[in-house]
Parts: sequence; structure tokens; C-alpha cells
Amino acid sequence: MAFVTALRRLAHVRLREYSWRTAAVTSGAWLTSQRSFTSSSPSLRSDNKVTINFVNRDGEKITVKGSPGDSLLDIVINEDLDFDGFGACEGTLACSTCHLIFDEDTYKSLGPVTDEEMDMLDLAYGLTDTSRLGCQICLTKSLEGVVARVPESVADIRQSKDESS
Amino acid sequence: MSGHKMLFSGLKLWTAGRSRWISRLHDDCSTKVCIVGSGPAGFYTAQHLIKARQDVEVDIYERLPVPFGLVRFGVAPDHPEVKNVINTFTQTARQSRCHFYGNVSVGTDVSVEELRHAYHAVVLSYGAEGNRGMGVPGEDLPGVHAAKDFVGWYNGLPSCRELRPDLSCETAVILGQGNVALDVARVLLAPLDILKKTDITQPALEALAESQVRRVLIVGRRGPMQVACTIKELREMVNLPNTRPELMAADFEGVAEALKDLPRPRKRLTELMSKTALEIPGEKEQQRRSGASHTWGFRFFRSPVEILADPERSRTAGIRLAVNRLEGSGEGARAVLTGEVEDVTCGLVISSIGYKSLPIHPSVPFDSRKAVVPNSMGRVQQAAGLYCSGWLKTGPTGVIATTMNSSFDTARSLVEDMESGTLDVSAAKPGSQSVSALLEKRGVKPVTFSDWEKIDGVETRRGEVVGKPREKLLTVEEMLQVARS
Repeated sequence: MAFVTALRRLAHVRLREYSWRTAAVTSGAWLTSQRSFTSSSPSLRSDNKVTINFVNRDGEKITVKGSPGDSLLDIVINEDLDFDGFGACEGTLACSTCHLIFDEDTYKSLGPVTDEEMDMLDLAYGLTDTSRLGCQICLTKSLEGVVARVPESVADIRQSKDESS
Repeated sequence: MSGHKMLFSGLKLWTAGRSRWISRLHDDCSTKVCIVGSGPAGFYTAQHLIKARQDVEVDIYERLPVPFGLVRFGVAPDHPEVKNVINTFTQTARQSRCHFYGNVSVGTDVSVEELRHAYHAVVLSYGAEGNRGMGVPGEDLPGVHAAKDFVGWYNGLPSCRELRPDLSCETAVILGQGNVALDVARVLLAPLDILKKTDITQPALEALAESQVRRVLIVGRRGPMQVACTIKELREMVNLPNTRPELMAADFEGVAEALKDLPRPRKRLTELMSKTALEIPGEKEQQRRSGASHTWGFRFFRSPVEILADPERSRTAGIRLAVNRLEGSGEGARAVLTGEVEDVTCGLVISSIGYKSLPIHPSVPFDSRKAVVPNSMGRVQQAAGLYCSGWLKTGPTGVIATTMNSSFDTARSLVEDMESGTLDVSAAKPGSQSVSALLEKRGVKPVTFSDWEKIDGVETRRGEVVGKPREKLLTVEEMLQVARS
């Protein structure tokens, strides 16, 4: 079984290389192709990894795995998830662009929030009572299967208002 | 429609497993967009355009030889985290479809009209370089500065190098209670040990080392419930080492009752302020406060009436403030004069009542009352192919995330117009090719992004020697010299 997995992984890597090169030649959307591979890569099916479900601004669910100890922002970056403008200050608690929304039970299980995080959250668009900053949430085994929603930017809200009027 | 035609005129390749055509594009049929100004608005607009469309090429024009606008010249030196956005901007600038042309002043070296001829679309994102004046007698006295200039001075903006503020007085008054006002207060009061590890300029550091300023009053027309600063900046003041707050309990009458109906951001901000003003601190905090040699405080319900001069009329000696009362409540409350005035002795007055965008050319629509380019979602009204983003679009407010979202918005509008055909991209445009020829004829030598990286390298190395993240070059001449080395 392990041998088969190793073979599959190898094949996957080769395929990925090939596809990347093709994409580069065609100057196509290489970011997209690269992304689809990372999110479905079997190399992530490791025992000590934690599954996270992000729901992006279009409502699309993206399931990825991360290591305990990584922050949710780390995972978005490692997995090359394409959330526009996410993590502008690179996890230094100086902006609110890695804002994520959780359901109430999950929010409670995430533990206490520091004043400094609350301060930045106050500037976040679409702030809710169960909002957190992705850079401040460290992955643990107990977060297996967690759902984190990327809020719509205010721009989108304004845009839809414009159209309806 | 025409965009699609162009897309398919390129070399077509069929990729296995993907049921769609991907075409390779030639330079001459790509959509050429140029952006005026390389601050966060310019870079975030470029980032989104490049990502959204593979057939768009973006050129960014910048008046200075160095990029990043207010991230370099506005963000406080003790906020290095905010400057991390530069890493993303650098990634954008290094893309093959993005080019930076520094040292090119649009309006002088090349006109907006010339850019509109050379490009399919022009995005104006040159920000807000003017400032709102106080309009009171004495505002031209030595010792009175616009916050924009003071900030430019400690951040190394070449045009503010000669400011040399006189810091020999004990009390400084800042007019305005926004984040810029708090940045200035913090820089005036922060222990040198903190500042010397930042990218603050060496002349500013030396001047602050000699500073006699011990007390900073931050003055606002209205009350504690209307301050414009955000809570992060307020908390930094509350926690600033070697300082104690000087707030007046009477200003907070009725505030506790109004708290519960406020939205969370305003509520937490007001709570922190009134707690600082009213609560008897614990033993440790009491010790900290009594050991502090510097003070800061808000002065609410005050408007400037006149800057008072010393007997020789040679410099600032104080400020006369009108006492206001509020009519109405909440964000919309109005300050109304009571007729009472009070004088405050001070040797330094810094006016931080707002930045202001300036018009670039009579051919570009400009709303001089709001000081913005009139636009809808970034499309300049009655000017096809012309867009705007950043403070020029929205007015000078908001944190970097605000500018980011609004710039993505402008880029989305532009892409929509390409796709709907509203923006005519059917004819090939020369882009930088023709602009470079014009600039060469006019003796203007642009600074490329790799030239900037030389400047960056020199600044970083100079900083290392003195334990700072960077020691900025302070004149355009020096920047150009390094860029061309």
C-alpha cells in the first residue's frame, strides 16, 4: 500500500511539473492550475494533519490540510489559496485582511481573543460576533474539519447595491 | 468583444484534459494600462489587473525615484508591520507584465493627454499631496506645520527635508484627532530607544534627541465620541512608555450611558478612552504614571481661532482656542461655538485636519469641494478610458485595507469595461514605447524597478550599520546617483 502511495505521489509530482511547464508556455493561468494540484495532492493525507474547510467569497468550499501549530493564515499561504488581498501585513497584527468568520461553537472553542486582535478586528469589513483573524488562530487536532468563511469585501456589497438601485 | 477577438488572434494551444483554448499573446495586442502614482492604491490596482487578465500590461509612473508612496513616506516608522505590504507590491512589480517608471512627473514630464493616447486606460492614483489649511490668523508663523510635512520630515520625504521643526518648547499642540495626529504625538513623545531601531531619518532622530517637548495636547472640535483615530493607535498612546495621560473627567459626562447603543468599534474605542480618563489605575499603573516625565492628552470641544506670536512676532508662543458645545449626538454631532475662548501656551502647532487631493490638469474632472475626482466605482465621469483609485477616488480616509478594497474595485470596473466593450481595446496601443520616446526627447531618465532595488540595497546596508531596518536616502539627487551606479 505504502509502495502504491509512493508511486502515485511520484506520478503526481511528475504530472504537476509537466502541467506547470505547459501552463508557463501558454502563459495561461498557472496560478489556478498549481492551486488545484496542491489542494488535491495525496501527500497531504498524513495522519497528524488537520482538515480545514475554507469557504471563499464566491461561496466555494475549499478543503485543505495543515499541520498543528500552523496559523490559518500560514495555511492559506502554504496552499496558495487565492483569497484576494488576504494577509496584507503578513500575520503581524497590523491589518484586518485575514478576517475569517466561524460558527458560534467553533468560535467559542478557539479560546480567548487578545485586545490587540480585537482592535484590528474592529477595522474589519463585515465584522461579526464570531469573527477572528486567521493569523491569530493556531491549528490544533481539535479543530479537525473546522469551517472558516472568508467574508465578502465591502466592495462587493457596495457593488451589488449599485446594481440593484 | 474586441478583447476576445484579440485573445484568439494569438497562438492557440490545446491542452490535454482541459477543454478550453489557451492562447499565447503577443505584446503588441495586449491591453496597455498605465497607473499614475506608486502608492498602495497604484500597486493594489496593478495587482488585481495583472491577476484578473493575462492580456493586460501595466506600467506604473511615479514622480519620485522610489516607489510605495505613503507606505514609505506616511506610515509611522514605529509601525514596520504595516510596511510588510511592500513585499506583495515588490512581487507585483517583478512580474513580466508590470513595469515601474520612477522619476517621471505626470503633468510636467508627460501629460495625462499623452498617456491617454499611448494607453488603452489610465488609472489616476496619485493620492492627496495637499493639506487642508486651518484658515486662522498666524498659521504662517514659524513653529506651525502641517502634519503632512512633519510626517514627511521624519519619514524622509525629499521635499520636507528642510522643515527642521523647532522642538525647544515644552508643549506641542496638535489640531485634529485622527491616526496621523496620534502618529505625530507618539513620535514626539516616544523614548529614543524605540525610535532609533526604526527607519526614522537620522536628522529627525537627532532633532528628537534634543527635543524639549514634554507635553502634547491633541485638540478636536468635538467630543470623545467623535474622535477619528482608531483603537490600535489610542492603545499605543495609553501604553507609551514614560508618558501619562492627561484627560479631563468632565469631558466624559454622559458617555457611559451612550456606550451601549454604539457599534462595536466605536464602543471599544470610547470604552478604552473613558477607562483611561476615569478609572483609578492599579498600583503598578499608578507607579508607571507617576514615574513618567512626559504627558499626552485630548482637548475636546475646541477649535483653533488664532496662532499667538511672541512679542517680536518671530515665532509661535501659543494658540487661542474657541470653546464649542455639541448639537446633536453620535457621528453626526455638530460643534457650535459658545463664544468662550481659552489660550494655551505652546511653541509648536501641528495641523492634522486632513490631507487633500489636488487636480492634475484642467482636462481631468475634479470636484474641488470634495477634493476628489468624481467617479462611479473608479470610472472617472465623462472620461472614457480614465479611472481613479485610492485617496483621489475616495477622499483621504481609511486604513490600508480600505485602500486595498477600493483599488480592487477600480480594477474590477476596468476589467468589466474591457469585457463589455465599454473600454475600446480593439486598436493596438504603443504604451511605454511612445512614452519612453517622449521622455527621452525631454531629457527625462526614468528609474526602473531594478534601479530602485539598488537604492533599496544601499538603504538596507546603511541601516544595518546603525541597527535600523533601513537608513533612507534623503534627496532625489542621491537616489538618482545610486540608481545609476
